[in-house]
Amino acid sequence: MSSSFSESTARKRVLGILDAGTFAEILGPAQRVTSPHLALLDVPAAFDDGVVVGSGRLDGQAVLIAAQEGEFMGGGVGEVHGAKLVGLFQRAVDQRPAAVLLLAESGGVRLHEANAGLIAVSEVMRALLDVRAAGIPVIVLIGGANGCFGGMGLVARCADRIVMSDVARLAMSGPEVIEASHGAEEFDSRDRALVWRTTGGKHRYLSGDCDALADDSMAAFRQAAIDSLGNLGRARPLTLESLEQEHTELSERLRLDGNSRDALQIWARLGVPQPDKVADMEAAELRAWKEAV
Amino acid sequence: MNIDTLLNALFGSQHQVQRNGDFLAGDASLDGQTLRVIGTTEHAPIGVELALAQAREVLDVVRNHPGQTILLLIDTQGQRLRHRDELLAINRYMAHLGCCIELARRQGHAVIGLIYDQALSGGFITSGLMADACYALPEAEIRVMRLPAMARITKIDEARLTELSQSNPVFAPGVDNYVAMGAVRSLWTGDLQAQLRQALLDARSDNASHDRRAADGAARGGRKLSAQVSAQVRHAGTAA
Repeated sequence: MSSSFSESTARKRVLGILDAGTFAEILGPAQRVTSPHLALLDVPAAFDDGVVVGSGRLDGQAVLIAAQEGEFMGGGVGEVHGAKLVGLFQRAVDQRPAAVLLLAESGGVRLHEANAGLIAVSEVMRALLDVRAAGIPVIVLIGGANGCFGGMGLVARCADRIVMSDVARLAMSGPEVIEASHGAEEFDSRDRALVWRTTGGKHRYLSGDCDALADDSMAAFRQAAIDSLGNLGRARPLTLESLEQEHTELSERLRLDGNSRDALQIWARLGVPQPDKVADMEAAELRAWKEAV
Repeated sequence: MNIDTLLNALFGSQHQVQRNGDFLAGDASLDGQTLRVIGTTEHAPIGVELALAQAREVLDVVRNHPGQTILLLIDTQGQRLRHRDELLAINRYMAHLGCCIELARRQGHAVIGLIYDQALSGGFITSGLMADACYALPEAEIRVMRLPAMARITKIDEARLTELSQSNPVFAPGVDNYVAMGAVRSLWTGDLQAQLRQALLDARSDNASHDRRAADGAARGGRKLSAQVSAQVRHAGTAA
């Protein structure tokens, strides 16, 4: 039986995704590269600053991989954390692996070092796009309990491909932030079903914001990563044509769904047979429906 | 600074920048060179429409005016905090804007950002922070969060944060901190048109594929680890 992806640590996820015995960590905990800013605030640091980076093999192919640890400061991006991601993408341009995998789990910028985190996110975006420009695909896998929010939600949408699980969430601002700003009638953060319908894996998959919907197991995520590698063939660098296509898609979405107040309306518009049953459907059922249309 | 005052200081009457709500776009001219001005005003919240409108402008410049310089004028309260934006995947709309700016830089357009009022969190990442170089007026404000809110969320005493922020630029709001950390190239004071002229000259020597901000942050002492840690990961186990 395969273990849950969402309940695993970042390091365990890396080991579960890659071919057995192939992972080599770079700047691991033993080297103790920690955040000096947290120490200054008397906040406990982590010896890897909450992100695991390294190299390994996926289905025999050389890849670079990064995994954010949601248990440490919610996967928040600080100076060192962000710099490790940037360095890994720079290494990819030098070493030309078959792909870079990013196992994202983050609330976004780490507030304790907010300025550094904000700048780092933009540096990660640019370093990621350098990798794509070099013809190397970047695949983002989202399956942690903390979701992928804020700056990391932007980073994810800069990648070639996104895999999510049903329990994963991908968004910009968290529901708590929106509720704090405009009240519970705008977005009730305690309404779990609403939060999930708005930002969860199934909605993102049906809307086309993620490319694959995986079950919440290590084996399923590993298979989805392998499939992504196969589907991509080669990376798709940004071109005027590809961005015009994206622009048309986003404009169409605004036109068709701009007045929707709930994901259920969007799913109905997309032709999902029984939108109110989506919550109870298995990922496999949704995949079968989407692949058929 | 008021947007009309700013445009007048930068271009005199040599511009046709139009306001449509919070959205700004139009041509401007400096020393006979045409620039495309794209931006926002009135502390605009960046929702899906505003992200898309800016992206459209950038794509049009790339398509119709090869090599034309883009000046991003920044005044934003950050991403719009609404349920509807999240439902529509605002992160995708904003990332699209960031990718369009990235494409413009790669296609040889100089992209210069200027924060003339305020730049907050997500609204800044996909505009000024994607430019070749971002500048700011000294009275501008850049922040993720004010110290009182930060104190509440991090559960660290506000007085302590205020004290620490005197010596560490890493968390407190302020344009000087962003200069020290390398994200803002410099502050524009005095003759703004002369500052823009110089920025256009400097942009010619910028290498679009080289992000120099971490190195600037290290050289200025505001961000000592980024460049070093990235280099360690990049070169680990290699001869370099």
